[in-house]
Amino acid sequence: MSLVDTRTPTPKYFISGATGDWEMVIGMEVHAQVTSESKLFSGSSTEFGRPPNSNVSFVDAAMPGMLPVINEECVRQAVRTGLGLKAKINKRSLFDRKNYFYPDLPQGYQISQFKDPIVGEGVVKLDLGEDGEVEIGIERLHLEQDAGKSIHDQHPNMSFVDLNRSGVALMEIVSKPDLRSSAEARAYLSKLRTILRYLGTCDGNMEQGSMRADINVSVRRPGGEFGTRCEIKNVNSVRFAGQAIEYEARRQIDILEDGGTIDQETRLFDPKTGETRSMRSKEEAHDYRYFPDPDLLPLEFDDAFIAMLAQDLPELPDEKHDRLIAEYGVTPYDASVLVAERTSVDYFEDVARGRDGKLAANWVINELFGRLSKEGMSVEDSPVSAAQLGSIFDLISQGEISGKIAKDLFEIVWTEGGDPAKLVEERGMKQVSDTGAIEKIVDEIIAGNPDQVEKVREKPGLLGWFVGQVMKQTQGKANPQAVNEILKSKLGI
Amino acid sequence: MSVDAETVRRIGRLARIHIDEDQVESYRTELNSILGFVEQLNEVDVEGVEPMTSVMPMSLRRREDKVTDGDQAEKIVANAPLSEDNFFMVPKVVE
Repeated sequence: MSLVDTRTPTPKYFISGATGDWEMVIGMEVHAQVTSESKLFSGSSTEFGRPPNSNVSFVDAAMPGMLPVINEECVRQAVRTGLGLKAKINKRSLFDRKNYFYPDLPQGYQISQFKDPIVGEGVVKLDLGEDGEVEIGIERLHLEQDAGKSIHDQHPNMSFVDLNRSGVALMEIVSKPDLRSSAEARAYLSKLRTILRYLGTCDGNMEQGSMRADINVSVRRPGGEFGTRCEIKNVNSVRFAGQAIEYEARRQIDILEDGGTIDQETRLFDPKTGETRSMRSKEEAHDYRYFPDPDLLPLEFDDAFIAMLAQDLPELPDEKHDRLIAEYGVTPYDASVLVAERTSVDYFEDVARGRDGKLAANWVINELFGRLSKEGMSVEDSPVSAAQLGSIFDLISQGEISGKIAKDLFEIVWTEGGDPAKLVEERGMKQVSDTGAIEKIVDEIIAGNPDQVEKVREKPGLLGWFVGQVMKQTQGKANPQAVNEILKSKLGI
Repeated sequence: MSVDAETVRRIGRLARIHIDEDQVESYRTELNSILGFVEQLNEVDVEGVEPMTSVMPMSLRRREDKVTDGDQAEKIVANAPLSEDNFFMVPKVVE
């Protein structure tokens, strides 16, 4: 691919070295496992965690004479993903053989797409908060087979091979070298994961290896010529991606500043040390001798096929983000937090529909998500349902409870469950809006504290002390707005 | 196009075929004569001719996304020189 610099150098991202500033250039190849029941070219299952070699057909084991037949759902998933990446869909694509030897690759080649991938150029938008928005180009997306798994710790001098993953469909999503910092790289990975999860084309489960990234890193003088890149293989978490990039950029800068040159090579990131190291040099590893797979005809479909898939596409994160702002008046930042997970935003919308959107966003993000992440739980297992939280908001807006009492109520619903309206009734949590009752208490406090009354007339800031006294007497149940108004009129301020 | 001795050795390594040094020359000659034979095709003018992907006009057959195969781990490893718990066992390969 031809390298085009689409970005303006941002000094904020520069890394200072002994001889001046440096800029990182990062591109990524993300391997995303396609969500499907069966494999790309065979009828065996893709289920994770099955006993060794039980998800293996003779096709996956590359027995002589076995022929691949493509899974139409994997084709649909690739097209859906392409549409989600606003990419060009290629109505004719080809499968090629990528030849190399490894024990977990029984065919001796991987069926992949080389020259003519199913999806062409697209774009992923990143929201970088105060740094604004940036578009990262997608070079291509192609379908290919995954390899099996080798296990090295079961025997002193043998490796164990399990072919359950062999032949599972992967989408390789290749970005353009448009990323300029580890923060952008992390944002890109997270955003891509979010898009795939919305589309339902990959579960994005990085711990199980459903999504892994090969990261190309190089450094250069800001805005200068692209440098020589190193590829960090198989990074399986967003955090590790950030660490690996930071380490690798620094390593390259140190070499260049010492007058050395960068060898283009493949490296591995070790999460234990936070360092990258060179993979055993395979001088011929990159001679893949691609050629068209004679077992497979070109993959062809028409516009109607694409249109049908486009029609059923769900609302995507970017659109949802804009709609949340327009429909519920939430801040762009809150909208970004909410759309990161589809389950989160669904919960939010269930709470916010027909209610105060800003209040809902505030509560869902700060109270609920804060509490969930503290307990290590996800939205799906929230003890407070969207209906319950919604009913708490209704009580606030009806003036039945104050915001402070609402937090206590939230706590009760979290630990004990139950209908918030009933709980308020049963436990006497209703706020006192009865002005007569509040006035009586205010009168008592004014009468009992002549010194304070004197002071507050000069320093109106002391009003808070009076509010506190009223709240103390009512166990926090007095309507704060009513208390303020009554106090002000009685004290004449 | 012509193949030299180094290319013969490299192709051998890539294909994991052991080639004795005294065989290199005969392989070189054989490969060159095969290439020479195929290169006769260069005489045909294929300007504007679509590459043929199939003798019969047909399209790629597709399969429904259903699990129809598998659950035969014993059969899969039946021919393995060494296996344990239905894993293939191979000489240690660690990257």
